[in-house]
This record gives sequence, structure tokens and C-alpha cells, in this order.
Amino acid sequence: MKLKTFKLGGVHPPENKMTADIPVVPVDIPKRVSVTMSQHLGVPAVPKVEKGDKVKVGTLIGEAKGFISANIHSPVSGTVFKVDGVTDATGYRKNAVIINVEGDEWEAKIDKSETLVKEIKLSPEEIIQRIKDSGIVGMGGAAFPTHVKYMFPDGKTADTLVINGVECEPYLTSDHRVMLERPDEILVGISIMMKAGKVERAMIGIESNKPDAIKILSEKAKDYPGIEVVPLKVQYPQGAEKQLIKSLLNREIPSGKLPLDVGCIVNNIGTAFAIYEAVQKNKPLIERVVTLTGKDLKKGGNFLVRIGIPAKNLLEKLGAEIPENTGKMISGGPMMGKAVNHLDIPVTKGTSGIVIMSEDESKRDSIQNCIRCSKCVSVCPMGLEPYLLEKLAEKDMFEECEKEDIVDCIECGSCSYTCPSSRHLLDHIRYGKQNVMRIMRERRQQ
Amino acid sequence: MSNKLIVSLSPHEKGELSVEKVMWGVVIALMPSFAISVYTFGFDAIKVVLLSVIFCVGIEFLIQKFMLKSEVTVLDGSAAITGLLLAFNVPSNIPWWQLLAGSVIAIGISKMAFGGLGKNPFNPALVGRAFMLASFPVEMTTWPVPFSNIWSPGTDAITAATPLGRLAEGGAKALGAMTDPPVEAVDYIDIFIGKVGGSLGEISAAAILIGGLYMLYKKIITWHIPVFYLLALAGFSGVLWLIDPSKYADPLFHLLAGGAMLGAWFMATDLVTSPMSVKGQIIFAVFGGLLCGAIRIFGSYPEGCSYSILIMNAFVPLIDKYSKPKRFGKEVKYG
Repeated sequence: MKLKTFKLGGVHPPENKMTADIPVVPVDIPKRVSVTMSQHLGVPAVPKVEKGDKVKVGTLIGEAKGFISANIHSPVSGTVFKVDGVTDATGYRKNAVIINVEGDEWEAKIDKSETLVKEIKLSPEEIIQRIKDSGIVGMGGAAFPTHVKYMFPDGKTADTLVINGVECEPYLTSDHRVMLERPDEILVGISIMMKAGKVERAMIGIESNKPDAIKILSEKAKDYPGIEVVPLKVQYPQGAEKQLIKSLLNREIPSGKLPLDVGCIVNNIGTAFAIYEAVQKNKPLIERVVTLTGKDLKKGGNFLVRIGIPAKNLLEKLGAEIPENTGKMISGGPMMGKAVNHLDIPVTKGTSGIVIMSEDESKRDSIQNCIRCSKCVSVCPMGLEPYLLEKLAEKDMFEECEKEDIVDCIECGSCSYTCPSSRHLLDHIRYGKQNVMRIMRERRQQ
Repeated sequence: MSNKLIVSLSPHEKGELSVEKVMWGVVIALMPSFAISVYTFGFDAIKVVLLSVIFCVGIEFLIQKFMLKSEVTVLDGSAAITGLLLAFNVPSNIPWWQLLAGSVIAIGISKMAFGGLGKNPFNPALVGRAFMLASFPVEMTTWPVPFSNIWSPGTDAITAATPLGRLAEGGAKALGAMTDPPVEAVDYIDIFIGKVGGSLGEISAAAILIGGLYMLYKKIITWHIPVFYLLALAGFSGVLWLIDPSKYADPLFHLLAGGAMLGAWFMATDLVTSPMSVKGQIIFAVFGGLLCGAIRIFGSYPEGCSYSILIMNAFVPLIDKYSKPKRFGKEVKYG
């Protein structure tokens, strides 16, 4: 059978999924954790605790502010040490609640048992409220507050829930492990989301390089009405929202529009699991699965990590050290992740993995003249002309950038990845895109 | 260790492709044609190709080292391609100093003066050839008979007209007198495998095809330009042939003879001087093929392939501007 995929562009970087067979293990809770108040897209949460306050696992410590924002809960029990700035993966200092850990006492309302709860008691409205209260955000990386996706503007309806189990980033295996280890919870979670979104159909898109996950979910999905597992071709960026919808449903989100405009809600597989825990177990989002990997790391692994634990603790858990030849450390995957300069950064709701790269792999090749090979044009999944956008952005020709649809760029990096002249196409395109978006904002304000 | 960490923007992964791989891939793809030319013209072919490559690479080196005082990048293989293609476009008995003049124009004027690799609007080898054809019309259009005196350099070559030359002078009927001894018609198999005279690298369509398929396999080029170029040429000549077969040669002849094959596979596909979008490449190739047919059949030159490509090179910026790739999410209607 021919696998479904998107037609326009795409690349196939080496997969390097070395940790796919390693089961998830929990990371020990350290003496102190730093929980930043902006782990999500949108307005940072407002700290609700002060120095000296006692907190338990699941206590609300940051309250969502505004429509696009998310609650933050304490991932540990203990005493608030202080509320201060902490550098996270973005490299910026973020307001954070720093907690000294004492024991591991959970809020009484949370069901800590492992028993599967299938029956969905809450109404759609209650589910959405619970998702909001529990601080659930997209676990794929962008960390968009999930409840917003289920609060439809007037007149809009969805017919399909798209679950992203693609994990098209090389190296990362956290979603893969969750699918293998928690298939029932995921499927119940999806059923909850279908109820909340009032849709009859859910499709789980999984790249064909995860046959074990496809198999187990397909078999279990027979017991859950309306849920279908769809194997997809291994093609980056298969997991990008627009490409995923195109692959699964052959619907094309118009430029500047959202999945809901083509009747879709898109959520990550990890989000489905988090929603299960929030709705059925009353457990807010306080932990997630993170992959730690790298070619020169003797062993990698997948870890269940409480939010706020420094990334370096994953290495400690492994009993490994940062290899001597390390050139780059990435929070996220190698295609879209952020390079960080130390591993003291706290794990956040959007941290899907930590990838350690050697010096050889990290160095960029020297830039050569563009040879107009048109490879960047042919791999762009949005049908843009990266070579042209690069030149225009470099010369600050933002008006022309806008005309050439620079804001449609999804920053997947396929152009820079493929360029034989090693030109930093995406660096320049980002610069141009940010400026065009600023200009567009200013225009709207006038 | 921590102070050595690199912090740069994504993507952090880089594909295997490099300029060198692309360029040397083209050089490899040109080797079957080189082998056939040596087989047909012997020592002269080796001499012309070697000289041409040395001239082109050497001139680029001298310009980068002493005039521009910039980084020397001759090892990227692009100058070698120009050298090979220039040699493939001339008769095997071309005097060395004419070849040198052609190389100076190709590399110095057509490539380096515009800013080097990637910046030249016109295919350097074709500019060199056009210059040589205008400056040395006799030497450029006198072809040695294949397989004559091939291993004794310096002897006066016996010259033979090419099929296209005959066609331009005497029409389709003259084609019969092509081979020696004259037979009823040109043997297409001979043209295909390269037994009929012509410029060095043009003679064997089969060898060019092998090289072209290699480039397709290596994904250096896509099929659009060569296929559409040749289709347009065949279509144009085919229509005229259907109107009057006694006056016009058939389309297969046009495809196999002269530089059409070499042009379609190696010159029109030149990455630097062809359009960026698939749509643009098709427009470029179709008009190139039509122009080639028009020059061959109605023009005063017997061969129009190189001019058709040069003319289309000039249109590339315009084509790029008006043939955008299909954007994702534009012009979609979803109700």
C-alpha cells in the first residue's frame, strides 16, 4: 500500500532514533526545581505563591493571564525558595518559582493510581474547563495552550480530530515511547478530546518508521469508536500541522488560517496522554517524557521528568557525562530545536528532548555562492522560494518579502538542510519574517 | 568545554549535498561522451579536452589569485565543467590558441566578470563557443572525418561536413550523401552511437544519454528541461516534416544530429543559468527547443542549439519573476 504523505517539498534527514527501544524511567527529584511562568505560547502566567509558601505536587503556583495563557502547577512538594528570573532554553531570563523540595506529597484530589479509567463522566464544557485548569499545552514543542483549540469562534465547527504521532524530528523518541507504553490511556484521552470537540472521527498519524506503535495502537483502537490509525511516509516535516492535515485529509489550510478553518483540531500524542491524566485522574500537567540522546553519548534514554528539573539531571540519571567532543546541545530536535549553552535549563512543558551533538556535527560548513540549483525551492513544503527570500531579507527589503509570502514560512529548516552551498537560508528568512510580522502588526494598530 | 559550545539557530542538521558533489557529478556524467570522442578522434580529442580544462581552470585560478585576490575555489569543479563543455563544442582539430581565446572569454568574461560561480547570467561554455564561432568561423566549422589518422597527431585532417551542414545546404535530400561512401540515407544508428562527424562531445547521443541519466539518478538535474527541450524541438521539426518530408528532415534526425542532445542534457540544465521553479524550467525548455528548431531550419547557421540556450538564458530573470512555484495555502477554497 502506498503511504499517505504531503506532495509539496520535504526532506529525509537521517533518523538516528537510537533510543526508540529504551523504556521510560522516572528521573529522581532534585533538592530544588525552577518552574518558569512562561512555558507556553502566549502571556506568561502570574505567580500565585510567595517566598516561604508551602506547596504540594499539583498546587497551582501560576495563574493563566488572558485568553492565550496556561496555568502552572507545582511539580514537587516543598517550600517556595524565591520567585526570580531563570534562564531557560530560549536563552532569555524568565520569571520562575523556585521551590526547595521536601518529600513528595501530592494534592489529595489527584488520583495517583495506574488503573485505567475508561468511562468519561464530564460534559464537553467540563472537559474543556478541566483542560484549562490543568494547564495543558501542546506537548509537541510549540506549547500552545490546548483549551484554546477547543473554544471555537462562533459559527466554526470541526469534523476531525487529528492526533500527531508523527515525531518527524530526527533523534527524538519520547512520543514513540508514550505510544508504546500508554496506548490505552492515549486512546481514552483521544475519546475525551473527541467529546470536547464534538467530532465523530479522530485520525492518529504515525510515520511508518514506528511499526510497533502503529500496530499496538491500531489493534487497541478497534475498541474505541471513530479512532483510526494512519501510517504515513517518513518525510520531514510530516508532523507540521499544515502538512499533517494535507497528508491525512488532503485539505489545505489557506494562508494565514488555522486548522479549524478546514474543520480540524490538531493535538500531539503527548497532549492526548496529558488530557487523559487531567480529566480521568485530576492530575495537572506536572511531568512529561523527555528523550536524551546523541551519537557520542554512550547511552541515551527516555525519561519521565517533573517540570522544572534541570536538564543535566537526565545525564546524572544515566550516570553519563557530557562527552568531551560536544559541540552543541539542543533542546528539542535537530531540525527545529534550540541550541543551549548549558544544561542547567529547566525542563518545561514543551521540552521533547535533549540532543547532544559532537563538534564535527555542530560546525556549519563555510558559505559558498548560491549556484541556483533550486533545491531549496523544491524542498520547501510551503512552496516558497527560500533563495529569493534570503536575498530580500538580507537587503532589508521587507515589502518584497511580504509579497513573496515570507510569513507563510513554517521555519522547518528544509531549505538550509538541503542547500549544497551551506547558505544560512532560514536565518535570513527568520529575520525577514519577524520584521514583516512587526510591520503588519504596526499597520493593524494604525 | 562549556565555552566551546556552539549556539546557532536551527536547523542543526545538514544534508550531504555540496557544491563539489554537484559539480564533480556533472564531470563524471560527461565522461562517457569523452570516451566516445577519444574513440572517434583519437589523440586530438584528448589534447583538446585536456587543454581546454587546463585553460579554464588555470584562468579561473589566475583571476581569483592575482586579480581578485580572493579565495581560490577552482577545486569546486565548475571551471572543469566549463572546460569540458567548451572542448565538447569544438572540432577536434581546433588550434590551441583559439581554444585559449575561447577559454578566456568563457571564464574571464562570461563567469568571473559577473562575480564567479552562480552569478553568471549566460552559460560560460556557450559564450566561449559563440565567441569562437564568430571569430574563427572556418576552424570552428571544419570537422575531421571520424576514425581518420586518429593516433597520428599533426597530420592534415581530412574534413567532412556534418549532417546538419548538409541539411542547411541541400535540404533533406542531401542527407543521403552524408556517409562515405554515400548511401541512400543517413544511418540513425550511426548518429546515435557517434559514428558521424561533428564537434568533440556532440557526436554520440547514446553517451550523452548515459551521462544525463546518471545526473538524473544522482538528482543533480530534474527531467523537465531536457525532456521538454527535446520534445519542443521534435514537435517543431515534426510539424514541418509532416508538411513537406522532401524538404525538411524528420524529427528524429533533429534530435540525434548536432548539439541538441548535448545542449538539452548539459547546457540547458546548467543550474546557474536555468530558472528556479519547475514551471519556469518548462517554459525555458519549450521556448529553447522551438528556437533551436527555428534557427536550424530558417536561420543561416546550420546549428541553433547553443544560440537557443543563450537567448533563453537572457530570459531567466524574467521567467523566474513570473513563474512562481505553487504556494501552499494560496488559491485554495475550502467551504
